[in-house]
Amino acid sequence: MRALSLGRWLRGAVRARSDGPGRARPVPGSPQKVTVDVLDHLEHLALVDFRDSEGVERLQKAIQFADQLHEVNTDGVEPMDSVLEDRCLYLREDDVTEGNCTKELLKNAREKVEEYFVAPPGNIPLPKLEEQETYLQSS
Amino acid sequence: MVAAVRGCGGVWRRVWQCGAGGSASLGQCAAASSARGAVAPAGKSGLAPWVPVVGLEIHAQISSNSKLFSGSQVQFAAPPNSVVSFFDASLPGTLPAGYQITQQRVPIAVNGTLSYSLCTDHKMSQMVTKTVRIKQIQLEQDSGKSLHDDSRSQTLVDLNRAGVGLMEVVMEPDMCCGKEAAAAVRELQLILQTLGSSHAVMAEGQLRVDANVSVHHPGEPYGVRTEVKNINSLRFLAKAVDYEIQRQIEELENGGTILNETRAFDSKLGCTVPMRDKEGKQDYRFMPEPNLPPLILYDTKSLPANINHQQVVNIDRIHERLPDLPSVKRAKLVEQYGILPEHSFTLLNEDGLTEFFESVVKRTQMKPKKVIGWILNDLLSYLNQHSLTVKESPVNSSMLADLLNLLEKKEISSTAAKQVLGELWKGEGKTPLEIVKEKKLELIQDQEALEQICQAVIDGQKNEVMAIKAGNHKVLNKLIGLVQRKTQGRSNPVLVKQLLEKKLLD
Repeated sequence: MRALSLGRWLRGAVRARSDGPGRARPVPGSPQKVTVDVLDHLEHLALVDFRDSEGVERLQKAIQFADQLHEVNTDGVEPMDSVLEDRCLYLREDDVTEGNCTKELLKNAREKVEEYFVAPPGNIPLPKLEEQETYLQSS
Repeated sequence: MVAAVRGCGGVWRRVWQCGAGGSASLGQCAAASSARGAVAPAGKSGLAPWVPVVGLEIHAQISSNSKLFSGSQVQFAAPPNSVVSFFDASLPGTLPAGYQITQQRVPIAVNGTLSYSLCTDHKMSQMVTKTVRIKQIQLEQDSGKSLHDDSRSQTLVDLNRAGVGLMEVVMEPDMCCGKEAAAAVRELQLILQTLGSSHAVMAEGQLRVDANVSVHHPGEPYGVRTEVKNINSLRFLAKAVDYEIQRQIEELENGGTILNETRAFDSKLGCTVPMRDKEGKQDYRFMPEPNLPPLILYDTKSLPANINHQQVVNIDRIHERLPDLPSVKRAKLVEQYGILPEHSFTLLNEDGLTEFFESVVKRTQMKPKKVIGWILNDLLSYLNQHSLTVKESPVNSSMLADLLNLLEKKEISSTAAKQVLGELWKGEGKTPLEIVKEKKLELIQDQEALEQICQAVIDGQKNEVMAIKAGNHKVLNKLIGLVQRKTQGRSNPVLVKQLLEKKLLD
């Protein structure tokens, strides 16, 4: 389902907070090309640098792989969110039954500072689209 | 009578600059009839009026014992990562955890309204009721907290707050200024606190408010809106909203445009600034949560038979057991004690004041209508002057009741009572009666002695007596004053007046 979401996302069914640049809407069914706008948007979201052609090619291959899902004909089939949809949410008693395991939680953390997890550095300031030197511009 | 009005119908004109020594309350929301725009700087007069539009997104932390989907404790200011379960930390990593679960498609409640009141002037003599539509209330998970360590380019993460249940209350843009926004949030805060569903203390992050602000000319479409965050108190909410309205008006009148951006309120400077530290464009990438069956709410009619009651949410049953909401409490106070609606607002607005008032009323013969004056004018002003809460008051309800009883029994004058209150405030442990005796503030009860003093004054003021007998009764006040002085304030002015009148005018 998450892979399906990815496909749906690329077709523009995303709820973006602020207005982004116009995204290309590829024809469903045909192998989707990753446009510069889509790439820029992805880079901003994931803080991942697709600077080299290898990265972009890997991305395109991943999308192609996921697109195989479209080979299943789902016409007239209601989307299912959960196999539990006929059940009712179980309500737990409002009791404190967990927690107090700081040491164990931090055991697997690569880096920690005084019982805080250390997150990898975020917010890589990316140059604006015009300034970018992606190999895509030449294609 | 008050009418429910949506929006304040007020219009704004360009007012003085913020920060140039001008007050932060940039123009009040006037009634539609009087567009009170105050001073417009020279050179830009006669411009078309602006209509500010304010909507609010409020996150209230649910005051449950445990988190929404885990059994870890909901606890403010716990040591980092101490109230975190494996689930909260997305361990062991097989589930798609680490996403915030929210109710995007079917929120728990839609189409509500909130009624709130505000006073149209500073004297609190005129209250107006307004309503704001509540688009929806949705349940969601709170996120953890991150601390940015710029010196080491690190971000430290504390997951204590991650997974705590939140109610997001989305208010439609029916408000038009900071005062309305603050009043609406205050009423919501009181309701939540009365229900016990949230402590709603803004300073502890249990109630977070984001404001959406835009301006437009009447009759034109809504303008571009900005979102204002980092508002930590009701006072700052009003300031932030008013500043942002003013900023947008000035920007547009100078030919600029408003960006659809998120701005942070800087409480030190009293301004909003762009939030440069945002993670670029926001894309929430909602996806369905496959591991949660639907939450079904029942009412008495739809309640299935033979079901474990602990597993069922019956809204009718919850409705029956609701406590009196603030509006009901206020109406009851007005009805029971004969006080004014404005008074009931102040009583509820100050934590513990209603209980204090009712406690005094129980212990004194003085009428509640008179007691309220002492509570709101004397006690409350002392508390405000010294920034104390009702709980911290050095004067408790039984002390005040004793004092008011002395006054009611005419053992002291009201001037003396105020003096005694001042002494009680010092918190030296003396009772009102002790202070009265110590400072010799008792009213002279001996009528004969009082008559003698009156006579002495009359004898000594021949000119004034003549004037009074000639018809100028106002001069009587001078004689009353002289008697007061002779008795060192221990005479009942009403009685003195009667005695003097009897002697001079009979």
